[in-house]
Amino acid sequence: MISIFEVNETNKMIDQENLDVRTITMGISLLDCITDDVNRTAGKIHEKICRLAENLVKTGEEISSEYGIPIVNKRISVTPIAIVGGSCVRSPEDYLPIAKTLEDCAQKTGVNFLGGFSALVSKGMTKADEYLMRAIPQVLAQTEHICSSVNVGSTKTGINMDAVRMMGEVIKQTAEATEEADSIGCAKLVVFCNAPDDNPFMAGAFHGVTEADAVINVGVSGPGVVKYALQSCRHSDFSVLCETIKKTSFKITRVGQLVAMEAAERLGVPFGIVDLSLAPTPAIGDSVADILCEIGLERPGAPGTTAALALLNDQVKKGGVMASSYVGGLSGAFIPVSEDQGMIDAARIGAINLEKLEAMTCVCSVGLDMIAIPGDTSAETISGIIADEAALGMVNQKTTAVRVIPAVGKKCGDSVEFGGLLGRAPIMPVNPYSCEDFINRKGRIPAPIHSFKN
Amino acid sequence: MQKTIITVVGKDAVGIIAKVSTYLSDHQVNILDITQTIVDGFFNMMMIVDTSGSELTTAELSRGLDEVGVDAGVTIHAQHEDIFNMMHRI
Repeated sequence: MISIFEVNETNKMIDQENLDVRTITMGISLLDCITDDVNRTAGKIHEKICRLAENLVKTGEEISSEYGIPIVNKRISVTPIAIVGGSCVRSPEDYLPIAKTLEDCAQKTGVNFLGGFSALVSKGMTKADEYLMRAIPQVLAQTEHICSSVNVGSTKTGINMDAVRMMGEVIKQTAEATEEADSIGCAKLVVFCNAPDDNPFMAGAFHGVTEADAVINVGVSGPGVVKYALQSCRHSDFSVLCETIKKTSFKITRVGQLVAMEAAERLGVPFGIVDLSLAPTPAIGDSVADILCEIGLERPGAPGTTAALALLNDQVKKGGVMASSYVGGLSGAFIPVSEDQGMIDAARIGAINLEKLEAMTCVCSVGLDMIAIPGDTSAETISGIIADEAALGMVNQKTTAVRVIPAVGKKCGDSVEFGGLLGRAPIMPVNPYSCEDFINRKGRIPAPIHSFKN
Repeated sequence: MQKTIITVVGKDAVGIIAKVSTYLSDHQVNILDITQTIVDGFFNMMMIVDTSGSELTTAELSRGLDEVGVDAGVTIHAQHEDIFNMMHRI
């Protein structure tokens, strides 16, 4: 029989430590919507998404009130649109009616975001891929709920540097197209290396072609719970520290597993994966940076940060894998700057910089995330940042990504304000030296050797 | 059997248990177990109840008890027991 202490512990996590299920994401395959006509394709997409996701939001809310656990977001991810549009799109403009249809689906179903305006170009680009990438700035400016991602490299294929060069330009154009809203379009655009097929988190979610027709993926959260748990072992050794993180991560993930199984059953859609994540929000007490401080750093960015983060990330996974039958997605600690109050403060006082963040991405989930940089940063420099991050992912066989916001008209010392989960960010300085000649080379970086690991 | 865990937390006062159990009996909810303590003057109660004979869903019960809680000046949660089983039992 459950005891009053166990019940109180769970409810304290929810009421005081910001434990929540960050997202239920329904992945929907649009492969059966492919036709040779843009409008017909759009019509089929509309019918399919609205049919499958009709009850997604309602079911999420029911589960939330039944178990007393907040489920913050309900989202949809779809097959990368460059694949769906391949046989009917003849120009970048042809993607606009499809994007507007997706926006309409997002509004009708009531979801927070719909991801999958994506292209997978890790080795080469088709015409359809290229048109999609060219359409991204307009699509992100004209829609509210659509998220876009492009996979430019992988451990198996190397890095497509033509796509990296193009994405530098696309990010600049997206910033300009959404200038009046602090370049918010860039907050909905991710450039990946080794993108996973089953990621439930935005902005990088898409429904990979290896997936079933529809699937339910769940992302858990709870940095606040880990932080509170660690307060009890401030002067303990590493074994106690690691054990505490593992136990807490297990408990958090069990809630995600429960919600995922319930949602899958009620919606009649198979359960895909639980993404074991520590995803911060700008709310006080919901910060991954605060965990790093609790482990023993004055500020994130101090020497020791990479080691502390590596430890945290590994223990979260070790605790989480036993709690869930299927684990996937991005699984690990997220370190977005604008979405984490501790990171925002560290960036503002200069405790953390772009180079340290890059080092941290070697040992944790994803990459350079939600970082605002000066508006006059060149497209080539942004491509250089993407290439560096993709190289880390390619060589280390992990997912890495870049989501930077070159905020138009802003310089170091200014800040951008996105509101809600996207938060706010101080503009961080970028190394001023040029990489133009490197980025302007054509072709791709070959896949790395998988031997002689040094 | 459909078990739901009801927790009541708040300042101790006369009649809290009476109000909650009256509401439960009005809606055919059977109380299986009650644990109650006072911590620092705060009333802390957990009830394990069976809702299989009730017309209310767990979500409706939760909303109904919210109102009882406002009336009695305490915070009441009603949650499906599986969230606790999942978290605390392997």
